[in-house]
Amino acid sequence: MTTLKRLNRRHFLGTSATALGAAALAGLARPAIAAEDLTVGFIYVGPKDDFGYNQSHAEGAAAVKEMAGVTVLEEENVPESMDVQNTMESMINFDGATLLFPTSFGYWNPHILELAPKYTDVRFEHCGGMWAEGDPANAGSYFGYIGMGQYLNGIAAGHATKSKKIGFVAAKPIPQVLNNINSFLLGARAVDPEIICQVIFTGEWSLAVKEAEATNALADQGCDVITCHVDGPKVVCETAVARGAYVCGYHADQSPLAGDLYLTGAEWNWASVYTDMVAKTLAGEPIPNFVRGGLADGFIKMSPLGPAVSDAGRAQFEAARAEIMAGGFAVLKGPLMDNRGNVIAADGEAFAETDVKLESMDYLVDGVLGSTS
Amino acid sequence: MSTIGRIPDQDRLTAAQILSGLMPRAEAVLIPLAALLAGFAAFSLFLLALGKSPAEFYALVWKAGFSSAFSWQNTLSRVSPLVLAALCVALPARLGLVVIGGEGAIVLGGLAAAVTGTAVANLPSGLGMVLMALAGMALGGLWIGAIGALRIKRGVNETIASLLMAYIAIALMNHFVEGPFRDPASLNKPSTAPLAEGLRVGDMPFVAAHWGVFAGVVACVLCWILIERTTLGFAARIAGDNVRAAQVQGLPVARLVIGFTALGGAFAGLAGYFEVAAVHGSANASLIAGYGYTGILVAFLARHNPLAILPVAVLLAGFEASSGLIQRRMDLPDATILVFEGMVFIIILLSETLYGRLRIFTPGFWEQS
Repeated sequence: MTTLKRLNRRHFLGTSATALGAAALAGLARPAIAAEDLTVGFIYVGPKDDFGYNQSHAEGAAAVKEMAGVTVLEEENVPESMDVQNTMESMINFDGATLLFPTSFGYWNPHILELAPKYTDVRFEHCGGMWAEGDPANAGSYFGYIGMGQYLNGIAAGHATKSKKIGFVAAKPIPQVLNNINSFLLGARAVDPEIICQVIFTGEWSLAVKEAEATNALADQGCDVITCHVDGPKVVCETAVARGAYVCGYHADQSPLAGDLYLTGAEWNWASVYTDMVAKTLAGEPIPNFVRGGLADGFIKMSPLGPAVSDAGRAQFEAARAEIMAGGFAVLKGPLMDNRGNVIAADGEAFAETDVKLESMDYLVDGVLGSTS
Repeated sequence: MSTIGRIPDQDRLTAAQILSGLMPRAEAVLIPLAALLAGFAAFSLFLLALGKSPAEFYALVWKAGFSSAFSWQNTLSRVSPLVLAALCVALPARLGLVVIGGEGAIVLGGLAAAVTGTAVANLPSGLGMVLMALAGMALGGLWIGAIGALRIKRGVNETIASLLMAYIAIALMNHFVEGPFRDPASLNKPSTAPLAEGLRVGDMPFVAAHWGVFAGVVACVLCWILIERTTLGFAARIAGDNVRAAQVQGLPVARLVIGFTALGGAFAGLAGYFEVAAVHGSANASLIAGYGYTGILVAFLARHNPLAILPVAVLLAGFEASSGLIQRRMDLPDATILVFEGMVFIIILLSETLYGRLRIFTPGFWEQS
């Protein structure tokens, strides 16, 4: 393996220097572009045009492609098995990648943790926010506070709903998803405290049939604004539109799918995050091992508001966005109960977006119809 | 047996005599090989229709799968689950059963191994590893054995039953991983508790692949001996060729069916054990990686011969190892390798009909000429 590892940039530099020397002798010397080249690999767990999680990362990769001196490699549909280790090693050994973005949550443990110590001159940047003290120094993890985006979605939904009932199609009852559901309802309740939110869990990150069934079930129960947290919101979006329900997007911009029924959407802004990290690498600056950010930091963004959003809705949405951008905003604040009657936050207590307590969330707040188990 | 032995009156063998002895034996190698090449040719046409270079494609398959130590590591690391999953198809197939639900046994085997792993944390690690592997094999065997029992006792179609039971197995695994056996620390990716370091399976010496590859080789050799060199295997082959004849002869068909399906399931369960102990370190949704389905392809290409499973698994693993490079270098979608495998698969299946029909493989053809 040691000899193979030499097939990376350093080795390439050596050989290209020799080659350049030869070329110079022949009077054909060109600027040494190759010496500055950075090869960056992006790995996705699903298709990169899924209108969802993977597309949001592919949009980030597309922005990196525009940067000078950078070669971008992409691979889609890579399972969270030995496959991803093989893909990462293949990008390193065959293509000389020195900065990798394995973007799926399950790529971290054990796969990145296994490879990072083996390839110490490669930087592994993982999406999911898992890095902790003691993990490899050449690995890092980043994530965004997208719950704020779902809160803003909720405000748009609160103004659009007539039935006072909104719906959420969710993959699994894990903290990130629960935080999104709770934020969505609390955003709507900032408009009208009577609004309730029905949630249906499909149990899988990507299971089109169940997502369609769940969306239809929500529409049958009178939900007239629907959002979701699954890997690819395409099916939920199209099914909701077919039933005449408004849609709030998630992960990426779904307005091409939902047309005038699209209110807004909570999107990842990986283009800003990735170009920043690649620029740092090109400049020789270190990337911190643990990076998180929200709306203000350019980690997430909102889709432009759709035509169905009323002027009042627009005003409240923009006011809330400004408040979030200012920092310190808390979606979850007391007095707040969960939907089983337990106290989540006492009067005066508040959890800002950066609060670690949110990361072990295991409840649905009062007003959400559904169960975590 | 051999024509060569029956011609003592001649001083020298003619080429025709050598061929008449050799060709009948070469049939089992030459037909699949020719089919493989025909598959490559058919896929080349497909690539040309897309405006891509077949030469570049095969060069990349070679480079990524077989050309260097790293390529071999990439290939071999995929071999173990493929071999063990293929046995789960090949063993029942010798009895005439088409079992395609090995994925379920892999997933449940992995779950059983991971749960056992947390229970045996205080035992010596060698014993703990054996217990984990046995637990995985037991549950896998029970799962696929039940399909054999349903077939022989109730006449339930084993193909459909095994496929549907794979979905049940996956749902059960998700339920247990997200419910009773969930490690509370696994917040955003529900998993069982991580295995103790002593219970993890490492890489083999000199080969950059875990011990599952060795287990796969041993399993294939044992299965070959079982099928080809024991009376049990002989009885199974008879039952596979003609179940009524076997019953009339008084062979224990029911026990053979349940035994062979259970054994196949046990190997799939063992694949699940290695996925947990050598790769993931706990059981979670990552176990559902589709090895059970690729195993079907391997078994059919190997014509359910356990020894042939090994080279076929290496070949397919090499193809899959090249998928990434082909995506990146040729700008083709990841499904390209699946289309390629599918074409080769169909053509090899078609070639099955050629056995015994081509005159060049009969001794008479060469003796006449």
